Amino acid sequence: MTLTQRDIDQEMAAERVAYAKRLADGAPVEHHPRRDYAPYRSSVLRHPKQPLVAIDTRQDPELVELRSPAFGERDITETDNDLTRQHTGEPVGERITVSGRLLDRDGRPVRGQLIEIWQANSAGRYAHRREQHDAPLDPNFTGVGRTLTDAEGRYHFTTIQPGPYPWRNHVNAWRPAHIHFSVFGTAFTQRLVTQMYFPNDPLFPYDPILQSVTDEAARQRLVATYDHGLSVPEFSLGYRWDIVLDGPAATWIEEGR
Amino acid sequence: MTLIDPGSPEQVLPTPSHTVGPFYGYALPFRGGEEIAPLGHPDTVTVHGYVLDGAGDPLPDALLEVWGPRPDGTVPRVDGALRRDPATGGFLGRNGVEFTGWGRIQTDANGHWYARTLRPGARGRSAPYLSVCVFARGLLVHLFTRVYLPGDDAALAADPLLTRVGDRRDTLIAEDEGNGTYRFDIRLQGEGETVFLEFQ
Repeated sequence: MTLTQRDIDQEMAAERVAYAKRLADGAPVEHHPRRDYAPYRSSVLRHPKQPLVAIDTRQDPELVELRSPAFGERDITETDNDLTRQHTGEPVGERITVSGRLLDRDGRPVRGQLIEIWQANSAGRYAHRREQHDAPLDPNFTGVGRTLTDAEGRYHFTTIQPGPYPWRNHVNAWRPAHIHFSVFGTAFTQRLVTQMYFPNDPLFPYDPILQSVTDEAARQRLVATYDHGLSVPEFSLGYRWDIVLDGPAATWIEEGR
Repeated sequence: MTLIDPGSPEQVLPTPSHTVGPFYGYALPFRGGEEIAPLGHPDTVTVHGYVLDGAGDPLPDALLEVWGPRPDGTVPRVDGALRRDPATGGFLGRNGVEFTGWGRIQTDANGHWYARTLRPGARGRSAPYLSVCVFARGLLVHLFTRVYLPGDDAALAADPLLTRVGDRRDTLIAEDEGNGTYRFDIRLQGEGETVFLEFQ
């Protein structure tokens, strides 16, 4: 059976109704997607059916998961956070700057941690050999960057506005333009991989990956804000996106333990 | 809103997770990601296996991160796992001397992965284990599990997690294949589904 956008729309609507009912029945707000979100077809065979086993980290502050791998200056190069300067020529597309702060659940800055990004080029094509979308590659754009957060938890990237692209979840499926983010915190439990979107994208309601976040307010937290103050005159448009890590962090750090 | 005011704790809500997608392969994996142990270290172990979906099919596009302590149980605070080369913009690889404790591995076309790392030491009340985080296309939120190494039955019997999961504990204990090599398959769904963890 060929899946149409209409089929997926109906499934997504049913998921929203089910979430509203859970909330009405007193269930907590869901900040993250459920892993079994069938409108995103690839999730069907790839989510556990057994409930996760809860670990109360307060019971055991020695858990290695409450520590994080370390990253330092030798893990990045000077141009790693400027995706427009990684080749001999200028990439095609609209230059943007993306900046924000990395915070924990208590609003404290997460310092010196690694943020990695990857994205499609301005035509909506990834520099990945298995990517089959019939859009041009850009020899001057790979679309990979990394940086360390500074003393205030800030990060900063210069890149190109990525294009939307089609995928094969259903007929006429299109991903809204987005940048993938991979982020570390002060504890491995805070690990986050996610995607940042751009404001006012008309593809939002059609996309089962974004809509897998069924909570409206949570979904909005994946959308960057245009920030004119961050735009660089005659160079780039600015987007601001703060990231808040979930998961428990160590309440104390003992060096070397 | 995506501007978070840390002065308003009720506004500090977590950024939702998303799938890593199918196209991270040119961005996240790095040279030597699976070779975590310093070269020639006598406490080196190799852990390997398959990542399988609910139909029992291997995932050729899963990404694992492995994180563990030193053999004496201390946790490294050493950077340099993904050393970069400022001349070429590529990866230099690890220096083969320092132990960062962390590695990243992409499953191959057969859905197979391996990591060579140092035998983890015990911490707190837990038996020795490696922490593993699983990412994949189709997986909207990553999954944490643990690889416990067999051998010390008393430590395994006293482990606070293993004592709680009943028959499913076998999914968390690697199989000893000899010569410091251990088999650990990760079943995302179905019969023998691996125990996955939620930290609170």
